[in-house]
Amino acid sequence: MKPSKPYQVFRTSALVVVVFALMAPLLWMIAASFKTNVDIYDTAKAFVFSPSLKNYETVLQQANYLEFIGNSLWVAFAATTLSLLLGVPAAYSMSRFNMRKSALVVLMARVIPGVSLLVPWYYVFSNLKLVGGFSVLILSHMFVSLPLIVYIMMGYFDGLPTELEEAALVDGLTHIGAFRRITLPLSVPGVATAGILSFIFSWNNFMFALVLSGSDTKTLPVAIFDFVGYASIDWGGLMAAATVVTLPIMLIALFVQKYVVSGLTAGATKG
Amino acid sequence: MSAVTAPRTDSPKAPMASPESSAWSQWANKHRKWLFAAPAMAFVAVLIIFPVAWTGYLSLTDAEGSVRAESEFIGVQNYLDVLTDTDRFWPAVWRTVLFTGVVLFFEVVLGMAIALLLWRPFRGEKWVRVAILLPLVATPVAVGMMWRLIFDPNIGMANQLLGWVGIGPQPWLAGQNSALPTTMFIDIWQWTPMVVLILLAGLTSLSDEPQEAARIDGASSWQRFRHVTLPLLMPTVIVAILLRGIDALKTFDILYATKGRGGGSFHEVETLNVYAYGLSFDYNDYGVSSTVLIIFFLIIIGVMWALTYRKKGLGR
Repeated sequence: MKPSKPYQVFRTSALVVVVFALMAPLLWMIAASFKTNVDIYDTAKAFVFSPSLKNYETVLQQANYLEFIGNSLWVAFAATTLSLLLGVPAAYSMSRFNMRKSALVVLMARVIPGVSLLVPWYYVFSNLKLVGGFSVLILSHMFVSLPLIVYIMMGYFDGLPTELEEAALVDGLTHIGAFRRITLPLSVPGVATAGILSFIFSWNNFMFALVLSGSDTKTLPVAIFDFVGYASIDWGGLMAAATVVTLPIMLIALFVQKYVVSGLTAGATKG
Repeated sequence: MSAVTAPRTDSPKAPMASPESSAWSQWANKHRKWLFAAPAMAFVAVLIIFPVAWTGYLSLTDAEGSVRAESEFIGVQNYLDVLTDTDRFWPAVWRTVLFTGVVLFFEVVLGMAIALLLWRPFRGEKWVRVAILLPLVATPVAVGMMWRLIFDPNIGMANQLLGWVGIGPQPWLAGQNSALPTTMFIDIWQWTPMVVLILLAGLTSLSDEPQEAARIDGASSWQRFRHVTLPLLMPTVIVAILLRGIDALKTFDILYATKGRGGGSFHEVETLNVYAYGLSFDYNDYGVSSTVLIIFFLIIIGVMWALTYRKKGLGR
C-alpha cells in the first residue's frame, strides 16, 4: 500500500529538518575554515565573505600537518593490518569451534575504560623507552581495532555456509588449506568491512595518542589542540585543522558507505 | 566453484602433495583451533588482562608521583576515601549517570523516529543516508571543536540564531550549569545516527506479515507501531542501547575537546572517565585513580549485565 499523501508531505519535511540539522554544522565548520579570523569575528560576514586559503597555509605549512597526516595514516594502516592478521584467523576459529567464552574475553576490550590500560602501559613502555615511538601507539590502537575486527568477522563467518569447506576437504585440501583457498576469498567483503571500520576508529582515536604519542609521532586528533591556546583560540586555523582531520575520513566513508554501515550494524539484528 | 576444483586439476593423483602434508602441516591442522585463536588471545591477555590486574593492585596502594616511585600497600583505604569523597567523586558519578541517561533517551527516541521515517523506500533516500553517515564517522575531537565555535557566546552561530527569534544570548559551554547539557547535545548530534543505522537494520529484517495482518484487522498506524513493530524490534533496541550505553558512559573526546582538563575550571563536565584521566595524568595520583577506575569498571559491567539480562527476558 502506498503511504498517504499527508504522511508523505510530513515525512519529506521531517527529513529535510533532519538532513539540515546533521549537515549544517559540518558545512559551517568547512565555511569557517575559509574565513580569516577578522571575518569569523564579524557576524555581518556570516554567510557572505571572500574565501581565503590562509588558514590552510597555516595548517599545512607552519603547523606541520603534512607530517601529522603521515603519522595518522601510518598508525591507522599498521594497526589495521596487524589486527586483521591476528583477528581474522581468531574470529574464524571462534566461529567454527563455537569458542564463545574466548570471544567474550576479546570483546571485553570494548568495555574496559581506556584510562585503566594507559597507566600500566605507560609504566611498562616508558621503562622500555618506547613511549613517543610508533610501536606503542600502534599497539594501543590495535586494542581498539582487534576486538572490532573479531566481532565483525565472527558474525561474518557465522553466516558463511560450511558446505564449501567440506567439499574442499573431500577434494583433498587440508583444513588450513580450505580456510586459505576457499573461506578467505569468500570473506573479502567481511574483511573489507572490518578493515575499513578499524581504520576509521584508529584515525579518530584520541585518548591513546594523547598519552602515548611524542612530538614525532603526534596524530591528527592530538595535533588539533595546537590551535587552542590558553589566552586565545585561532578559530580559522582550528576549523581548517578540524576539516583536515575529518574531511578525508568522511570522504572515505562515503566511497565505501555500504561496508561502513554493515560494519556499524554488525550483530545488531541477530537479537 | 572454480576455486574448489582448481587444486584437483593441478595434480589429480596426489592432491596437495609436498609442503602441506609435512609433519608441520599435520600438526598445524590438528591444532588449528588454538593456532588461529592463540595470537589474538595472547595479545588481549598481555595488553588487557595484565593492565586490569595491575589497576586492581594499584588501587590498594598509595602509588603517586612518578610511575617508578615506591608505593606501599594500604588495603582498602583508597576505596574508603573515594566512596566518601563528595567533592569530586560523587558529582562525577552523578554527571556520568545523568549524561548517559539523557543522551541514551534522546538518541533512542530520535533514532527510532528517524529510522521509521527512513523505513520505506522513497526518492532521495541516498542523500539522507549520506547525511546520517557523516556525523558518525567524523573525528569526535574535531566535532567538539566545531561545536565550540558554534556555541561560542560572543561570535557563535547558536546565539545569533537565538537573537533572530528574539531570545537573549546563552553561555552554552561557558556556563557552569549549561556546559553539561551542551555537551549532551553534541553527543546526541553525533551518535543519534548510530542508533538510526542499527534500528533501520532491525526494521529492514522484520517480515511484513505481522504488519499486514494488523492492518487487515484495522489497527491504526500508532497501534501497529506500539503492538507489532516495537515488540518485534525490542531485541535490536536493546542492542542499540547496550552499544551506545557503553560508549556514552566512557565519553571522553568531546568533553576534553570542549572543556579541557578536569572537565572545565569548575569540573562542570567532569565524568568518571575524565576524573580518572585527570587523576592519572594531571595529578599522577595512580592509587586513587585506579580505585576510581575499578569502581567505574564495576558500574559498566553492572549496567551491561542488567541490560543483557533484560534482553534475554524479552527475547522469549
